[in-house]
Amino acid sequence: MKFLQNIIHSVKPNFEEGGKLHKYYYVFEAFETLAFQPETTTGHKGAHIRDANDTKRMMSMVIFAMVPCLLFGIYNAGYQHFIATGQEADLIPMLITGTILVLPIIVVSYGVGLGIEFTFATIRRHPVNEGFLVSGMLIPLIVPTTIPLWQVALATAFGVIIAKEVFGGTGMNIFNVALTTRAFLYFAYPSQISGEVWTYLGDKTTVDGYSGATPLAVAYEASSKGTQSVTAALSETNTVLQSDFYSFYNMFMGFIPGSIGETSTLMALIGAVILIITGVGSWKIIVSVFAGALAMGLGFNAVGVNEYMLIPAHYHLVMGGLAFGAVFMATDPVTASQTELGKWIYGFLIGVLTVIIRVVNPAYPEGIMLAILFMNVFAPLIDFYIVKANKTRRLSRVTV
Amino acid sequence: MSQTIKIKKGYNLNLAGKADKKVVDVGQPELFAIKPTDFLGINRPKLLVSEGDNVKAGTPLFFDRQTEEVLYTSPVSGEIVEIVRGDKRKILEIRILADKDIVSESFVKYSTSDIQQLETAKAKEILLKSGCWVNIIQRPYGIVADPEEAPKSIFISGFDTHPLAPSYDVLHQGEEPYLQAGIDVLKKFTSGKVHLSLNASEEIPKIFSKVSNVEIHKFNGPHPAGNVGTQIHFIDPINKGDVVWTIQPFGLIQIGKLFLDGKYDASKIIALAGSEVANPQYYKTYIGASVKKFLQDNLKQDHVRIVTGNVLTGERIKSDGFIGYYHNMVTVLPEGDQQKFLGWLLPPVGRPSLHRVASIWSFLNGSKPYAPNTNLNGEPRAFVQSGAFEKVVPIDILPTHLIKAIMAEDYDEMEALGIYEVIEEDLALCEFMDVSKHDVQAIIRQGLDLLKNS
Repeated sequence: MKFLQNIIHSVKPNFEEGGKLHKYYYVFEAFETLAFQPETTTGHKGAHIRDANDTKRMMSMVIFAMVPCLLFGIYNAGYQHFIATGQEADLIPMLITGTILVLPIIVVSYGVGLGIEFTFATIRRHPVNEGFLVSGMLIPLIVPTTIPLWQVALATAFGVIIAKEVFGGTGMNIFNVALTTRAFLYFAYPSQISGEVWTYLGDKTTVDGYSGATPLAVAYEASSKGTQSVTAALSETNTVLQSDFYSFYNMFMGFIPGSIGETSTLMALIGAVILIITGVGSWKIIVSVFAGALAMGLGFNAVGVNEYMLIPAHYHLVMGGLAFGAVFMATDPVTASQTELGKWIYGFLIGVLTVIIRVVNPAYPEGIMLAILFMNVFAPLIDFYIVKANKTRRLSRVTV
Repeated sequence: MSQTIKIKKGYNLNLAGKADKKVVDVGQPELFAIKPTDFLGINRPKLLVSEGDNVKAGTPLFFDRQTEEVLYTSPVSGEIVEIVRGDKRKILEIRILADKDIVSESFVKYSTSDIQQLETAKAKEILLKSGCWVNIIQRPYGIVADPEEAPKSIFISGFDTHPLAPSYDVLHQGEEPYLQAGIDVLKKFTSGKVHLSLNASEEIPKIFSKVSNVEIHKFNGPHPAGNVGTQIHFIDPINKGDVVWTIQPFGLIQIGKLFLDGKYDASKIIALAGSEVANPQYYKTYIGASVKKFLQDNLKQDHVRIVTGNVLTGERIKSDGFIGYYHNMVTVLPEGDQQKFLGWLLPPVGRPSLHRVASIWSFLNGSKPYAPNTNLNGEPRAFVQSGAFEKVVPIDILPTHLIKAIMAEDYDEMEALGIYEVIEEDLALCEFMDVSKHDVQAIIRQGLDLLKNS
């Protein structure tokens, strides 16, 4: 500890006013404050003591909450590989395969994103905010395992610059950075991020009768044919691997193809529990996204003009990335609604829109990404009316 | 007697070093000082004395060129020994070497029944001339009241919920008649009511037990329930164009003494509290006393921060500094200028927090009071979090939106979001808990200044 402190103190003068590396002060500051909470004290007048919490503690808790999803994602990447290629494998090879697939994506995401953050902080002369530590972990979890690394790099750069830095940096952005990255991939490389991309095959071929389609794709397919119910179609898929491969249980647990971290509803819920217990994520948003999706699912059940509408409403909660999006994306405090009532409305509409996009719009199999981005745009509007109500209450007193 | 108003939002910080309920005599400090910077809203103070002059308690020291009638007077009799100036010759302190026996300027004495007959204009004249007027604080802005404006109503908070706040039973023992006289005088100035708020969850301090001529309200809940700003919001909120007055019980008592005894009496009891004080207790002294004598041989260590006022709103002073004009306590905290290895990751032992992500570790501290130091516990960052401030602000405003409106210098938005209802202390808990480490109170004052000078 003392040793590290001495090193930092000996190089610090170079970065301070007058030092030859002063330009890079905020890069230095980012690393220094990571190791040591600084000695800064409170000001001359005002609150002389401050809360033990800071943005680093808050952000690190979000990353911690993502760890179950990440670990399961690594495992599932390996699991899907072996099951698709018809090989028997133990846990360890699965984890090794998964790690080889996932780790480079994480490294690229953090490398590119933090590089841009540091560059902007240096040019604009402001401290490096911790926000990207979260975005940098979110990005790998919402892309397929087979994604080329250059696409990760390009999309991350797009996300950080266009979604965040052009708006003025952390705290000023309108769109969730990670989702913008994902949306960029989706629209820039549509053919390469849909179809059979979810499972890594390597030089092997798939076993006969294997389909790499996600449950959402299967559901859409079944609905457009209209010959059988979605649940029947789901349970018939990949019967060559095991019966009922796309059962509710498997989808809930996450033993299905999909983006790296999004498949397991259970792991997302563990993350949700961590975020809610620590108060870092808004429970109002998480709960209301699920409620919105369930309500819309039930609504479609009642209408029921095609097979997709008739899918049991609770299936919507475990298919695709809804749970992951609800827990980690919708709760982004910067892009979500900032008022407490607004959070209920914001979350609920995300749930509703997700299910509408899934069921009604044939072009997009997954709805949560677009639903959240869409509600990011509307969050300020929701807040506007809630703030206006507060102002009106104040004005209405005057006449009394 | 109205119903108890329940405050749910807020937080009581449990800090170590509460003052024992005893008043100790260590002899009077030699030096006293009046700091023009204690009075918000003063722009250009004009000195009336110079170094070497002899003054009595109640002798005018200076006035503000904008409101020349309001005189700021000396708390003690003695000699002006030094006028401390800062940048651009700004007056920082007017230091007075006190006499052994304090002599006051003499004013006309009134009996209780005389006070009833007294005309408002005459009362105003006496208050202005004596310096007692300065006790009256006007909202919006939290500045010394403008004599030209009549208040809609007057608010008195009968309890203090700040951390380590002194007990009013100790501060104002046996001064009931003076308090009543002060209330009777001020009642003349408003066509509205005089509101007194008391704490429903504790025994009513003796000083308020027989008080009359006021409307009593009861509040129940955590800090900032004791802030007069909170109370105003629930009793009769301030709207644009309204002017209300607030005054501390000490101010009322001082006014009472002025009229009943015919003298300017700046004697007050102050509490010395905080984790680094060896014997936290009360002292009897005068406004503007040097803290040196109270701290001597009474600190556990040297590396401390001395704060006049409470830890949430007070002002840092040196070990030979002076107590702020409106303050009734001095708090001593450990200075926190040390780095902490992985301080953002490891359990924050001994550091209080209002956020569950950090307070989840509070079991490590048990139920014992905290002794936090002055470390910022993090680095200033962009506003990220939402929904946190709302948990500690009981009044119906949106703190985050208000703060952002001030930062954007959006005048209409500030007004609409209710800036007139607050002063710094009302959002002090927000400053404490902000993870982005903004100086929330300074921002609020900046907004108030913008509006006042617009």
